[in-house]
Amino acid sequence: MNDMSFVERNVDTKNIKIAAKDVQVYYGDTHAIKDVNVNIEDKTVTAFIGPSGCGKSTFLRCLNRMNDTIDVCRVKGDILLDGEDIYDKKVDPVQLRAKVGMVFQKPNPFPKSIYDNVAYGPRIHGLAKNKAELDEIVEKSLRRGAIWDEVKDRLDAPGTGLSGGQQQRLCIARAVATEPEVLLMDEPCSALDPIATAQVEELIDELRERYSVIIVTHSMQQAARVSQKTAFFHLGNLVEFGETGQIFTNPEDPRTESYITGRIG
Amino acid sequence: MSAGLVILAVIAIAIGGFFIGRSRALGSVQGDVRKLHSLPNYYGQTVFLFSAVPALLVTFAWLLLQPLYVESQVSGMITAADVPEGGSMSLVLADVRRISSGLDIAITSGALTEDQLATMSADETDVRAQLAEVGIAVASEVRQNVFAAAKEYRDINAGLKITLTIVALVLALGGAVYAMSRITPDFRARNVAEMAIKALLILSSTVAILTTIGIVFSLLFETSNFFRMYPAKDFFLSLTWNPQFTGGSDLGIAPLLWGTLYVSFVALVFAVPIGLLVAVFLSEYASKRVRSLIKPAIEILAGIPTIVYGLFALITIGPLLRDYFAQPLGLGTSSSSVLTAGLVMGIMLIPFVSSLSDDVINAVPQSMRDGSYGLGATQSETVKQVILPAALPGIVGAVLLAASRAIGETMIVVMGAGAAAKLSLNPFEAMTTITVKIVSQLTGDTEFASPETLVAFALGLSLFVVTLGLNVLALYIVRKYREQYE
Repeated sequence: MNDMSFVERNVDTKNIKIAAKDVQVYYGDTHAIKDVNVNIEDKTVTAFIGPSGCGKSTFLRCLNRMNDTIDVCRVKGDILLDGEDIYDKKVDPVQLRAKVGMVFQKPNPFPKSIYDNVAYGPRIHGLAKNKAELDEIVEKSLRRGAIWDEVKDRLDAPGTGLSGGQQQRLCIARAVATEPEVLLMDEPCSALDPIATAQVEELIDELRERYSVIIVTHSMQQAARVSQKTAFFHLGNLVEFGETGQIFTNPEDPRTESYITGRIG
Repeated sequence: MSAGLVILAVIAIAIGGFFIGRSRALGSVQGDVRKLHSLPNYYGQTVFLFSAVPALLVTFAWLLLQPLYVESQVSGMITAADVPEGGSMSLVLADVRRISSGLDIAITSGALTEDQLATMSADETDVRAQLAEVGIAVASEVRQNVFAAAKEYRDINAGLKITLTIVALVLALGGAVYAMSRITPDFRARNVAEMAIKALLILSSTVAILTTIGIVFSLLFETSNFFRMYPAKDFFLSLTWNPQFTGGSDLGIAPLLWGTLYVSFVALVFAVPIGLLVAVFLSEYASKRVRSLIKPAIEILAGIPTIVYGLFALITIGPLLRDYFAQPLGLGTSSSSVLTAGLVMGIMLIPFVSSLSDDVINAVPQSMRDGSYGLGATQSETVKQVILPAALPGIVGAVLLAASRAIGETMIVVMGAGAAAKLSLNPFEAMTTITVKIVSQLTGDTEFASPETLVAFALGLSLFVVTLGLNVLALYIVRKYREQYE
């Protein structure tokens, strides 16, 4: 009981950015996510961990309605962003995705120049009045993506010509350029080498100052390094959610303990 | 033995070799397959290949070369006096071949015996009448020299046939025995089979390449004949196309090339946007069910013969355009027009463009779409700004392929655009294309060795160069931009 109040106290001190209540996800007949309840705080890095196929990526994609693009996928339950149900009919998923940005497992820069990659979102949403403002947004985003110094002399070069780590940071810069409130990251480092991973992790820590960051990862060390909160998923259930330190040192659920000590997974 | 029988015999020997080789391989290890390097069938296959391939190759080469050799032997017997006026040596040699095969038939049917034939002479008997009895028609009276040549032709052929039979059978048996002698448990029969497959693959690709080269050379040869009779400068620079059967024609390619490009342009202007939009709808917007209905329905268009499209142009589109557009606008009174042919050809090309573009658009990785949707882009923004640019090289390739197809199209043009060679900008006027004129020049009743006929080859070669250029351009564009999203 003590531990529960410990979690709630944290929730009280910080704003809840996203609240999920009894979320169920079905892929056709498969029940992929079962009864997930979770409160995600603002200006916090939350890590989703769990074995492959446990539903953590699926749940992440519910948070900006990316699952809408999959025909057979159905979502039930409530997901509230700042208290508003994002699955409500009057919410435009396109507008939602501008607020809830996403970075994918594999770096996926568009086959355009570095500049155009970053300017893509601002142009679509009309965030810049003129070229000078757009230039400013691009520079600011690339700086936040910690890649400005590497690319400032070749903004016209194709984004696909960068190295894997640079591409991923470009994708992060692209995502922050639309001024999202939440940043979803689906295994952002799984295609990167250790050095690039370190750079991206450092970046995630900096992004925490402005955004609520949710990261799905297979690396428990990474979850431990970058996150303040950790959620452990197993077979579609949210098994345990709490302070990262507590999850990794003193997990409540035996399944969590088995996973982080490497006995299941 | 006739050539067909020789081939059958060789194959029979090879099949026998297969079974003997297989059992020999099994016998060499007392039936324990595991001790063999390869499976028993591979050993049999080796024997089969060594026996059949050299023998068959020699047989085919022999059959190709034999007529050339025999004709060179026989042609010495024919004097200039035997060649009728206005005829040529090759015509006489064709007669020789007909007479000799007629003699064969006469002998097998019993109308003649070998002994009779040996003493027969054209001066004494009416060979023509005798041959006519067995159903072989010879154009003119058979001269003695020609008849003697025919007899000689028959004799040489018969001798060569026996030699071929012996050579082929010896090769087949020799190959089988040689391959059999190599069978030991360590013999790598699998690798031999691998080599054989590789050789087969190389051979197949060579056939395709050699055919292309053959086509180009046949065009080149006749084109150079044409340019010897008609100045190249006039062909390329003259602005009139006016062939005369009596000679003195104007054979300028310009009006035809203009017609070809104009009709193709109209077709592409019509087909490319529609085809592309269809492709976008099918790959991005349509549900699986709709797609499974619409895609085959559109591809039916590709299965309609072009002559049927031509009919459609002739009886439907042509009069429609004339009555509702050309005449009210005062632009012409002809139902055959560039626009008619272009529109109908455009309809024909829609499935071309849509199906190829659809494949290309589907090949754009899903991660590109996810990335764009993840930034809050709508579907059409994603298509316009990410998918089409990423698929552009493939789409350009599809368009250029469609252009090649349009340039080479004949039937629709004949029936839709007419046959008048004209240089005009008015799309309601009848014009014609290179392909149409190739057909009409070759099927006209002028002499083959006249510039009016041979111009068809020069036109064909020009067309070939244009479409080849387009294909090379398409390949270049596709290659240059291919890696962008990989």
